[in-house]
Amino acid sequence: MNAPAYNFAYLDEQTKRMIRRAILKAIAIPGYQVPFASREMPMPYGWGTGGVQVTAAILGPQDVLKVIDQGSDDTTNAISIRKFFAKTAGVATTTATEDATVIQTRHRIPEAALHANQVLVYQVPIPEPLRFLEPRETETRRMHALAEYGLMHVKLYEDIARFGHIATAYAYPVKVNARYVMDPSPTPKFDNPKMDNCPALQLFGAGREKRIYAIPPYTKVVSLDFEDHPFEPYRFNAPCALCAAENSYLDEIVTDDKGSRMFVCSDTDYCEGRQAAGHHGALSAAPYKDKAQGGANG
Amino acid sequence: MADQDLLETDQPLLVAETLSKSYGRIAACRDVSFSLYPGEVLAIVGESGSGKSTLLQLLSGQLAASGGQVSYRMRDGVTRDLAALGEAERRLLFRTDWGFVHQDPAQGLRMAVSAGANVGERLMAVGWNHYGRIRESASDWLTRVEIDVARIDDAPRTYSGGMRQRLQIARNLVTGPRLVFMDEPTGGLDVSVQARLLDLLRNLVAELHLAVVIVTHDLAVARLLSHRVMVMKGGRVIETGLTDQVLDDPREPYTQLLVSSILPP
Repeated sequence: MNAPAYNFAYLDEQTKRMIRRAILKAIAIPGYQVPFASREMPMPYGWGTGGVQVTAAILGPQDVLKVIDQGSDDTTNAISIRKFFAKTAGVATTTATEDATVIQTRHRIPEAALHANQVLVYQVPIPEPLRFLEPRETETRRMHALAEYGLMHVKLYEDIARFGHIATAYAYPVKVNARYVMDPSPTPKFDNPKMDNCPALQLFGAGREKRIYAIPPYTKVVSLDFEDHPFEPYRFNAPCALCAAENSYLDEIVTDDKGSRMFVCSDTDYCEGRQAAGHHGALSAAPYKDKAQGGANG
Repeated sequence: MADQDLLETDQPLLVAETLSKSYGRIAACRDVSFSLYPGEVLAIVGESGSGKSTLLQLLSGQLAASGGQVSYRMRDGVTRDLAALGEAERRLLFRTDWGFVHQDPAQGLRMAVSAGANVGERLMAVGWNHYGRIRESASDWLTRVEIDVARIDDAPRTYSGGMRQRLQIARNLVTGPRLVFMDEPTGGLDVSVQARLLDLLRNLVAELHLAVVIVTHDLAVARLLSHRVMVMKGGRVIETGLTDQVLDDPREPYTQLLVSSILPP
């Protein structure tokens, strides 16, 4: 379980203290991007180096870690990060959302409601919501400082002018605590309402861009919109093919080259839990699921 | 009400007092003082390097002066020193009560977003939050600057030079500013497009009762648009007066040279 060759959770203690200071500052100013001295991690940028550093800084020996990638516990990214911390920190890992105390996520918020003893760590590729409209970092920082956010609506305006509705489907900009506009990382906008007034602490780490930001528990998070084009979460209009869930975020899976497709929950833990509880969708004929185990460590 | 209107035009809008700017030993601008009244168009003419553009940047608060001050009468009627304004106030002033028309429209426009969003940006920046009304206002302004409303969703990079310049003007005027700075607005346009733009500008300025500071090296532009002319040379204002007076009866040798160097068509 443990490997003495590493310091606990890979990073040295001074680095973890530096990251914790950045996290504390981020929590004190909800939505504000705090610069930090991001380290090289033993994985490529884009694999969640920011999230991994935040997780490493907050992880304690008693924590139970869950890692998801696009909602799934069993993709390469999720498995490598989970194994990384199992090896370097020796912490317990789980796939069950309720059992986890720290959940590192890429591009999703779990379907199960989070509770107050949990921390959700997001991996963020580009933390600056204004980046594609204003390439100068000096200028975007000034715009944040002066709360000049007209430009963000220019992007939404462009969407409506081009597509007739706000076509931004992920990384949908939010205003945190009625002050800072924030990029919620590339989560689908379906997940935006879950950030509002959430009991769990939400931390965002961007390794390549060297920024950390946070949403403290029970903070107001509002998705930007127009009066006549209000924010609407998007979801495929179908039940999950495996667990028949009507209210979860779905992945579209192409099943052959003749246009057939199935929709399944992107949150695998949620889907398995429902199947174990006896919910069955149109395609849930897989016999091995009838063991009805669902949840812990697959 | 009448008193209010009188006060509105009686008090200067922008006052420059002994403005100077030096870069080390080079004095780009020396001891410039003037007052600009609401609805008045002031042309600053002079050759390249005479300090025109530096002066414009000083007046618009984009450059800190080495000496002197610029004060502006805000919408609430209080005249304030621009250097004493906070950055947030100055930027708000810049995108509500002021306009700035650059010589190169690419500097003043967002080339990658549609014309409608370009015009609407200032409105959204002051809190407009209704797509339909923003779009309505944008199409209204496109019509006023003679751009076909059918092109509202095209990016300015698909526009011709003249259309870009007109779009830039619409973008600046949408919040109903009282003062517009223009830096060679007709430079780089061909003659017939220039004439059309000048005609449009003259109408808008009169209609909206705009105060304008326009920097140009083209005396024809000054003649057509401005009420008053300031002639600059070597960073100093060498002659100032009513446009027709200065251009028809120049006093200073340099102004005489400038006026006589216009090629007859």
